[in-house]
Amino acid sequence: MVTPNQIERLYSRFTSLDRGDCGTLSREDFLRIPELAINPLGERIVNAFFEESGNDRVNFLQFMQVLARFRPIKKNSPNRLNSRQQKLRFAFKMYDLDNDDLISKDELLAILHMMVGANISEEQLTSIAERTIVEADENGDGMISFEEFCKALERTDVEQKMSIRFLS
Amino acid sequence: GDQQSPKPEYHIVSVEFTRVETPFLIGIWILFASIAKIGFHMTPKLNKIFPESCLLIAVGVIVGLLLFQASSVHISPLTPDTFFLYMLPPIILDAGYFMPNRLFFDHLWTILLFAVLGTIFNTMSIGVSLWLLGKSGMFGYETPILDMLLFSALISAVDPVAVLAVFEEIHVNEILYIVVFGESLLNDAVTVVLYHMFEAYSEMGPSRIIYTDVLTGLASFFVVAIGGTVIGVVWGFITGFVTRFTHQVRVIEPIFIFVMAYLAYLSAEIFHMSGILAITFCGITMKNYVEANISHKSHTTVKYTMKMLSSSSETIIFMFLGVATVNNAHNWNTWFVVMTIVFCSVYRVLGVIVLSALANQFRLHKLDKVEKFVMSYGGLRGAVAFALVLLIDPKHVPLQPMFVTTTIAVIYFTVFIQGITIKPLVKILNVKRAEKRKPTMNERIHERIMDHTMAGIEDIVGKHGNHHVRDKFKRFDNKFIRPYLVRDYCGAEPKILETYSKLAMKDALDYIRRNASTI
Repeated sequence: MVTPNQIERLYSRFTSLDRGDCGTLSREDFLRIPELAINPLGERIVNAFFEESGNDRVNFLQFMQVLARFRPIKKNSPNRLNSRQQKLRFAFKMYDLDNDDLISKDELLAILHMMVGANISEEQLTSIAERTIVEADENGDGMISFEEFCKALERTDVEQKMSIRFLS
Repeated sequence: GDQQSPKPEYHIVSVEFTRVETPFLIGIWILFASIAKIGFHMTPKLNKIFPESCLLIAVGVIVGLLLFQASSVHISPLTPDTFFLYMLPPIILDAGYFMPNRLFFDHLWTILLFAVLGTIFNTMSIGVSLWLLGKSGMFGYETPILDMLLFSALISAVDPVAVLAVFEEIHVNEILYIVVFGESLLNDAVTVVLYHMFEAYSEMGPSRIIYTDVLTGLASFFVVAIGGTVIGVVWGFITGFVTRFTHQVRVIEPIFIFVMAYLAYLSAEIFHMSGILAITFCGITMKNYVEANISHKSHTTVKYTMKMLSSSSETIIFMFLGVATVNNAHNWNTWFVVMTIVFCSVYRVLGVIVLSALANQFRLHKLDKVEKFVMSYGGLRGAVAFALVLLIDPKHVPLQPMFVTTTIAVIYFTVFIQGITIKPLVKILNVKRAEKRKPTMNERIHERIMDHTMAGIEDIVGKHGNHHVRDKFKRFDNKFIRPYLVRDYCGAEPKILETYSKLAMKDALDYIRRNASTI
């Protein structure tokens, strides 16, 4: 369980991000965090918070609900929000812009562009993206579905990789 | 007439052994050790029960006995100098160069906790316990506290050579492996400092130590550890920089890697810094840049040469340990040997329990009971302890012969008893095993996405953890270091490109193999 102490710490973080003192966060509030602004995925991570809220402000509960996905998994207390499935879902969302539950070649290319940077030729990136899709694609539709995504990461320790100790 | 010397004759064949004696003997040693190694791999039954290190020691003992019978001359091939200058560096370089960097730095705090606090705790507790027992007259000698501490400093360090030799064979999971192995590498700094400190103290005599000497000891720990690390990192960067310019002369690429890493080790040793730390960090640092610069073939050469050098050094070390057992004048003291082994084991277990409880407070992956057990059981002692005990001057420390015998006994105990039983124990306890494989394209890309995601989330939470630090370093590396050290600098994420080109190459080779007739 989240201790009251941690909720308090997160709440104080929340209020320090909330420059307008209106009890909710806007996109700009998030992007004002300097490191997040230069993170290649910064904008997409922020989007995940607004998807949770459904409008253009995020309240504290919604803020917590997104962060809950990154709590470490405890063996004896199963939790809906921080399961392996939910963690993978969050990573999948980083690619899937149009919410069709499929990663297309273009979506993968866009991500590779953001991560790898400009020094790589377009053909090389395309062939990397193609290879990645062929490797994971099982039904031959040229895209990676969420099931195929999970399958490709079967041997990855997602529970460890996508958890923050601070949130335990 | 009579005084005239005999007319010099021209011999068709003449024998002159003395000129080639040293290199010839070295050659024979290496040949013998290698043949012994082939022998073990051809006898699968023997190989299943015993770890290779045990068999090599056994062969060493047999050879030692033969030599002992054949000549009255005591040849001790394992001198501290040959060990520290020629046999240890290849093993440690191999370990540092092929270190899984990510894993190492993820668990760095746990490793440091065990390497620093654990070693200090072991040294102090073993030393004081032996001294207390000595006061009761159990050993029949007078046992000054400083001599006991000097001995416990060298006996309490977990040995990288022995740990590697045993753990490479049992394939435990990566976390367990990195914690034990990282500890054995990093505790060298502590061992070096404690050893030199107690050596100096016992030469000074207990009455003349003042508290400033203790403070100097503490300060020298930081100097030895940080100094060794910095020297290694600097040499690593220089190596990366030099290989930037080698694309015209590909054949000398491997030389730079070996020579410069060796120089890192030696330059640390000059100043009595930790050479082990220097060469470890030199390997860790250079790998990132060197691999992007050198050709594929040079890379293969580096890999195989390094593996060959380290495995033959390891072979020779264990064999020499066996030989040295027979050759040295022994001073067996049953109680001292038994109590040292008991204290080494008990305090190892105790230290692991306390320190892992401490580490678990800060860890995402908690060390469980089984892992704690393997960690305490995997604390093997080895040739570093032996070389250090030979370095003790019997003039200052009259108990040195007894220390030598006891050290050998402890090494035999850990390498034989613990080494032989650890494999079945790992099976019985059902320890998670490692699976070695190359990452797929999907794993490489998605795991990087997870890293970026987590770095972003850490920034939002405002709590700076591993991801944040790694992200910062990567950004710094890509902006200020890589462009200067790497010849064809090609943007961030070199690992994704590397995985891609490796997989593409493998596909091409497979294609050629399948369609051999068409080409």
